[in-house]
Amino acid sequence: MKTLIIAEHDGQYIKSVTLSAVTAAAKIGGSFDLLVVGSNISAVASSAAKIAGVDRVLTIDDAALEHLLAEFVAPVVKQLAADYTHILLGASTMGKDLAPRIAALCGVNQLSDIIDVIDADTYKRSIYAGNAIATVKSIDSLKVITVRGTAFAPAIAESGSAAVEAASATVGSANVRFVSSQMSTSDRPELDSADIVVSGGRGVGSKADFDKVYQLADKLGAAVGASRAAVDSGFVPNDMQVGQTGKMVAPKLYIAVGISGAIQHIAGMKDSGVIVAINKDEEAPIFNIADYGLVGDLHEILPELLSKI
Amino acid sequence: MKAIVAVKRVIDYNVKVRVRSDNTDVDLANTKMSINPFCEIAVEEAVRLKEAGVLSEIVVVSIGTKSCQEQIRYAMALGADRGVQVETDANLSSLDIARVLAKVNEEEQAEVLILGKQAIDSDNNQTGQMLAALMDVPQATFASEVKIADGKAQVTREVDGGLMTIEVELPAVITTDLRLNEPRFAALPKIMQAKRKPLVMKTLDELGIELSNSIELLSVETPAERAGGIIVSSVDELLEKLRSEAQVI
Repeated sequence: MKTLIIAEHDGQYIKSVTLSAVTAAAKIGGSFDLLVVGSNISAVASSAAKIAGVDRVLTIDDAALEHLLAEFVAPVVKQLAADYTHILLGASTMGKDLAPRIAALCGVNQLSDIIDVIDADTYKRSIYAGNAIATVKSIDSLKVITVRGTAFAPAIAESGSAAVEAASATVGSANVRFVSSQMSTSDRPELDSADIVVSGGRGVGSKADFDKVYQLADKLGAAVGASRAAVDSGFVPNDMQVGQTGKMVAPKLYIAVGISGAIQHIAGMKDSGVIVAINKDEEAPIFNIADYGLVGDLHEILPELLSKI
Repeated sequence: MKAIVAVKRVIDYNVKVRVRSDNTDVDLANTKMSINPFCEIAVEEAVRLKEAGVLSEIVVVSIGTKSCQEQIRYAMALGADRGVQVETDANLSSLDIARVLAKVNEEEQAEVLILGKQAIDSDNNQTGQMLAALMDVPQATFASEVKIADGKAQVTREVDGGLMTIEVELPAVITTDLRLNEPRFAALPKIMQAKRKPLVMKTLDELGIELSNSIELLSVETPAERAGGIIVSSVDELLEKLRSEAQVI
């Protein structure tokens, strides 16, 4: 058994979701290599070499790979696939974009967003927005899998000393061109890897009132999330949405402010360590899953919390 | 310019799914079924592109038993021109669905193929990317904005941490994210008109497709319920619990 993990990075560091994929690879068993593709990736490759348990770090450094577009990356991975029984990616938007293209090029099916490894062929994954858990078995000789980051603890990225080797693969052409990216700039921790998340819902009331949520988050060193209702109401941009159709989070502490607890929101945060709900409606479904509920007006509760933390 | 839009019949998104007591699958008997919400957004986007004069024809394709004609008719009521139902009662893998769609498009030769980014039943998020791979064309996934001109599509994609805009040459596959548009309601006269729009049925044999699902569903369980906690009476009590009992702040 041999696994190839496709690393996701920002040009500097390996992303946390890839470290979770490393943990899943260790659970599958056998040895595993990490593939780092991109443009000017020597710094990333050396930080990848420190990830515990990685056998080899393979690199493909090519200007065409800079934006990690699936049309360029998938054919490169296919050229290396014959040496492996498993190919793992984090279930980020990059992994979700790339993995099915790799699988189809290799003529195999793909397993999406696994949450547990039973054995090398058998996995658990959530279906129906987390309302059911399926155990599935793949008989493909090559298994292409995306791994839910919150379901596997990130591997330690310090103690390893893997060899770094340039892989031999040809980068082809594709009818796609990167135009631009608009990344949200924030000093706050990333939503999917933060220890504490404070999320606001429609009950927060307005875009201006959402400042109180940001203030509480900053006081706690937390990331800020939102329910779909808050996104749809225009309080916050859509990349802050927590839920089955947004981000899946599992922080140590999740504070839901003015969120009623729609099924699809709960699917995105129910694996959090401790859940706190603040809502004026005592019948809100969020209280059924919260460890600590506080019924009341969030416009009074949030300032009080801020002053007492 | 022709577009293919693929649609899937799934459990209605407002219905809470139940797991069968023998844990073999979920129980869909007597459950309300609808068009997958992401597919509905795909249909709406195609209709808007047609209204803007970019597209001339929208072909909607669904794969399944005869009951999925309901979703094809619904897509027609929103504005699709004609439908193709690929008849099968088998449970197809994403790769098989992509193979069927690629085969249908060999005949149709659409330049734009729009799919939902995922179906809300299996939550796979695979078919569009697989279809693009099999056709060897670009994929613009998780689209929140689509502009088509001069044989190219400029697509803004929802990615982790923000947005990414790419330009793909047509033909290309586009998959839709939630905020691409808000689908219109199907008005009654449109629903009546849709009944008269052409809909053809094809079999897998006619398309020359042999199924090869390599993923076996072993069991389905209800996830562990999270036990409810307690209601605290004040901010002070909440902070006390978080500090000394839960020890998270």
